[in-house]
Amino acid sequence: MISQIFILSSKGDHLIYKDFRGEESKDSINVFYEMVTALSGDQPPVVMSHKGLHFIHARQGGLYWVASTKTNPSPFTIIEFLNRLAALTKDYCGSLSEKSVRMNFALIYELLDEMVDFGYIQTTSTDILKNFIQTEAVSSKPFSLFDLSNVGLFGAETQQSKVAPSVAASRPIMSSRGEQGGKNEIFVDVIERLSVVIGSKGVLMKADIHGEIKIKCFLPSCSEMRIGLNEELSIGKSQLKGYSSAVRVDECRFHQAVKLDEFDTFRILKVCPSQGEQTVMQYQLCDELPCAPPFQLFPSVEKDYVNRSVNLSMVLIFLKLRCDLPPKSTALNVSITVPVPKGSTSMSQELSSPDQTAELQPKNKALLWEIPRFPGGAQLSALFKVDVPGLSSASLLEVGPVSMSFELPKQTCTGLQIRFLRLSPTQTGLSQRWVRYVTHSDSYTIRI
Amino acid sequence: MPYFGSEETVKELKRALSNPNVQADRLRYKNYITKVIRYMTQGLDVSALFMDMVKASAKVDIVQKKLVYLYMCTYASDKPDLALLAINTFRKDCADPNPMVRGLALRNMCNFRMPGMTEYIEQPIVAGLRDKASYVRRVAVLGCAKMHSLQPNTEIDGIIVNELYALLRDPDPVVVVNCLRALEEILKDEGGVVINKPIAHHLLNRMKDLDSWAQSEVLTFLLRYHPRSDDELFDVLSLLHAFLQSAHAHVAVATLRLFLHLASAHPAVQADALLCTSAPLLATCGAASRELRFTGLCHVQQVMRSQPGLFGTHYKCFFCGYSEPTYIKFRKMEILVELVNDENVALVLEELRSYCTDVSPELAQAAIAAIGRIARTYSEKCLDILTGLLALKQDHITSAVIQTFRDLVWFCPQSTAAVCQTVEACVDSPQDSETLLWLLGEHGEQISSAPYVMEGYIDGLKTELSSAVKMELLTTAVKTFLCRPAETQDMLGRLLHYCIEEESDVCVRDRALLYYRLLQRGVEETRKVVTGPKSDPSMSVLTGRQEEPISQWASTFNTLGLLSGRDLCLQTAVISAADQPSNSTGKELLPDVTLSSPNDTEEEISLSLGPPLSHETFEKMWLDLEILHRQTLGSPRPRTAPDTLQAALQLVKIQTLAFTPGDTVLWKAYIYTRSTGTLILAELLQGDPQAPGSDESLVVSVKQQPVNQHAIRGFASILKSVLQTLNVDSS
Repeated sequence: MISQIFILSSKGDHLIYKDFRGEESKDSINVFYEMVTALSGDQPPVVMSHKGLHFIHARQGGLYWVASTKTNPSPFTIIEFLNRLAALTKDYCGSLSEKSVRMNFALIYELLDEMVDFGYIQTTSTDILKNFIQTEAVSSKPFSLFDLSNVGLFGAETQQSKVAPSVAASRPIMSSRGEQGGKNEIFVDVIERLSVVIGSKGVLMKADIHGEIKIKCFLPSCSEMRIGLNEELSIGKSQLKGYSSAVRVDECRFHQAVKLDEFDTFRILKVCPSQGEQTVMQYQLCDELPCAPPFQLFPSVEKDYVNRSVNLSMVLIFLKLRCDLPPKSTALNVSITVPVPKGSTSMSQELSSPDQTAELQPKNKALLWEIPRFPGGAQLSALFKVDVPGLSSASLLEVGPVSMSFELPKQTCTGLQIRFLRLSPTQTGLSQRWVRYVTHSDSYTIRI
Repeated sequence: MPYFGSEETVKELKRALSNPNVQADRLRYKNYITKVIRYMTQGLDVSALFMDMVKASAKVDIVQKKLVYLYMCTYASDKPDLALLAINTFRKDCADPNPMVRGLALRNMCNFRMPGMTEYIEQPIVAGLRDKASYVRRVAVLGCAKMHSLQPNTEIDGIIVNELYALLRDPDPVVVVNCLRALEEILKDEGGVVINKPIAHHLLNRMKDLDSWAQSEVLTFLLRYHPRSDDELFDVLSLLHAFLQSAHAHVAVATLRLFLHLASAHPAVQADALLCTSAPLLATCGAASRELRFTGLCHVQQVMRSQPGLFGTHYKCFFCGYSEPTYIKFRKMEILVELVNDENVALVLEELRSYCTDVSPELAQAAIAAIGRIARTYSEKCLDILTGLLALKQDHITSAVIQTFRDLVWFCPQSTAAVCQTVEACVDSPQDSETLLWLLGEHGEQISSAPYVMEGYIDGLKTELSSAVKMELLTTAVKTFLCRPAETQDMLGRLLHYCIEEESDVCVRDRALLYYRLLQRGVEETRKVVTGPKSDPSMSVLTGRQEEPISQWASTFNTLGLLSGRDLCLQTAVISAADQPSNSTGKELLPDVTLSSPNDTEEEISLSLGPPLSHETFEKMWLDLEILHRQTLGSPRPRTAPDTLQAALQLVKIQTLAFTPGDTVLWKAYIYTRSTGTLILAELLQGDPQAPGSDESLVVSVKQQPVNQHAIRGFASILKSVLQTLNVDSS
């Protein structure tokens, strides 16, 4: 059972504090904060104990979500509950940040009051909770140029406004007023996290994809929804692969509310989405990518002496990066981190276009190369000259492995697609349905 | 911010709340109430506003009610007399036609933690148990537990208990689970809620209606139920089988725990359950939430203690992502070391090799140590990698590699030749001098440059600050002299001369004198004393992988203890006892003392010293562990000098940590020892008024990690005989 729940900002400000059992005083917040900030990086911070009181915490949205307990409960339960609390807060407040929690603290207290009683979890389902939550969310809308760019000349619809607005999904689910409140929207997102290791000769050594289909529903009441996936989707390793471009995943798991009676034959998921965000399906694919990995790197690292007599030496790092996506798609926010030898002092670079940036980060012994947009099929190259006094030939071994992070909008690496999205019975034309795809790099490492 | 001038703020709020204009304006009134709660959260004492808040609770607005209730629950225990004023409002609300209002009022009324509350809440709770709205019943059921916790020492109300047992059949699933929770608390002194066959089967049949939180809680309650026959057992298991692959990790893991517990007599069923759960467990290891990932990894590690092969094919899941925090990377490396097999060793090593050059020195060192562990099985490949790392000439890498070499030659002597060759190449970079010197001393005959490296150290002796290095140098010089006298004689002479004549550190001087006198006795005598075994492959049995029975860890599975590192920290303390090849070889010459206890000749137990425990470690472990054994030894504490006592205990391999001096009335001593993989801690006590019979006789309390009753009995009898012997001597 849970004794207390509190939410702290990263600076340790008390945002929310609720004591369920009166076993411990409020000082435990400070005890927790002192303990968590005193830890060094290699100590696991997830569970900490102080005089028989255990703190379990999760970091979400830059905040500490902490539960304390005097018993010995299941860590999985508490951590998943804290994550669920954070997700519900995000649903109800629109976004997850210190500001939104501060502004909506009354709402969060109300949520907690219904979710936990005397330290026992009562319910976390949005369907049940929405009957009890009365407070209106206060949403903080940051001023954004993006909103302006949506409005075309003389109010004409621009191309961009037809694209699902990324900010729309971050509004509170319960707002009944306001210009957006009337919109009956439903978002279905296919999100994949890609983790890849590419060996030194360009060989794919490891490729894992963790994917999920998320629904964010703003419909006040929703009847059954049918989500059609690729008909040729095959599940499991044992199935024979034909020559067709079958989409394959190793295994998948579904939300317990999903009805699967049409899944085996037609690959249709049937679900009655409740308001807010929920993951209807999670899937995994290990070791085998259906397409080439999105990026290939061709590095060359050389040693160069500027002046042999004063031992001024530098490392020349030449990187050629190719994006193997289809030509119409683009990778965004690509950043490449290359470890450099210890003692690197300065760097000069030759980049192929002015919107790219590169900098040396001596603290991390690494150089960071950033490319805001990278079109599919393109190839970019860059030359870095890193000054390293007293370079030995062994120092070159310190260059690498290169790690990359990026985002691939409108792309899934497994090829999983949503064929259709039907609400049945068809509602009176009010609902807007959006399907979005995105692939994130969880960890993308290329050895040199 | 309100941290300063708090009195002003409170006064201002009070003025505003009592202003009739504000009270008339609904929105403004609510705004002020919100402000009060905000200050309360931030830690400001706003209890002075209690009266005004009680008034505010009488309003109809439900949001305002909730806020005021939160306030009142927080301060009710400080202002019990004022809180009583609010009771009427609550009781009125408890009869409201709206079930939400009823439930809210009842819940908050029960949350008032003040004495004398019971008489007011008892009647509404009993009424609530029979309410037609399930929402109110849920609240009322937990209200029973709250009422009990207000007066923990009163007699258990049989009527309420019976009513709660009856409510286990309630149609609402949350009411059912709340009943279990409430009964568990109320009946805590009698061993908690009773799960008999009808209840267990009722719960099993309701599993599908419950939400995931309730499911995992019911599964925990079911741990208490023992099916009467195998048929029933398999019925239960087949009902639960689907939950092993629940989409919620906490349900899957709770089910696995129940399976492991129920099927403890059927290893095949256990193995099957582990196999089924391996997919959800692996999925948590790749979860987006770091905390969940860490929890998953800890549990995978625990499962691997019994089934190291289970995750062998999934080794790539445990490759570190570059953005992961260090504590997750550490866990992943530990797992990688465990699941290495012939097929994956090459790729795992390549992966670990890439961590060795990481920015974080701790991570690099851990990766090198991990390769060292793998080297005990696959020495050739690992030695290549480690040798390659030496070429980087980075301090932290080199010293980690040398330490790894030291452990390697200790555990697997067959790699000695290769290590010696490599060490030869790197001896010019003295980072971790002690370890390097130890290697030189132990294997001087195989490292041709050993005398010359040592000479370098001896020449630089005047600038050497660390006395530990000097001591190690002395040992190394003597050992090298024994195997290569011609090259070493001269420098050994210089070293001894310097250390005896010019050295200011007493320990170093004493060590030098010891060796000097030893050498005077002759080379053969010296050889007998100084050289010990060069390696101990048998030790790796302790540290290496060995399949443990599932029952060894099943009780901590899916509990916090597994994550908090408490168990692990103790384990490392025990294991490192074997991990650290002791530098002073003197101790190894002593054979392990084997004593047979007088009353039972079968019970033979050997104790060993191992490396000393620090006071902090001892204290931490002592506080963490439970007393396993307490015994009156039947003899008073020996009236000998403390040194004699210490020496006598040392003789039977019991280490003394601390004892109270002289003739204190309450005499205590803390001692510890090791025996076949367990660590035994003990406290000797005399004159404690609470322990009967301790006036004239010593009482020993024993704690142990991990538990081994056989060892405790052996330890107690050895201790007893030592103390008796001492007493005979002193009298």
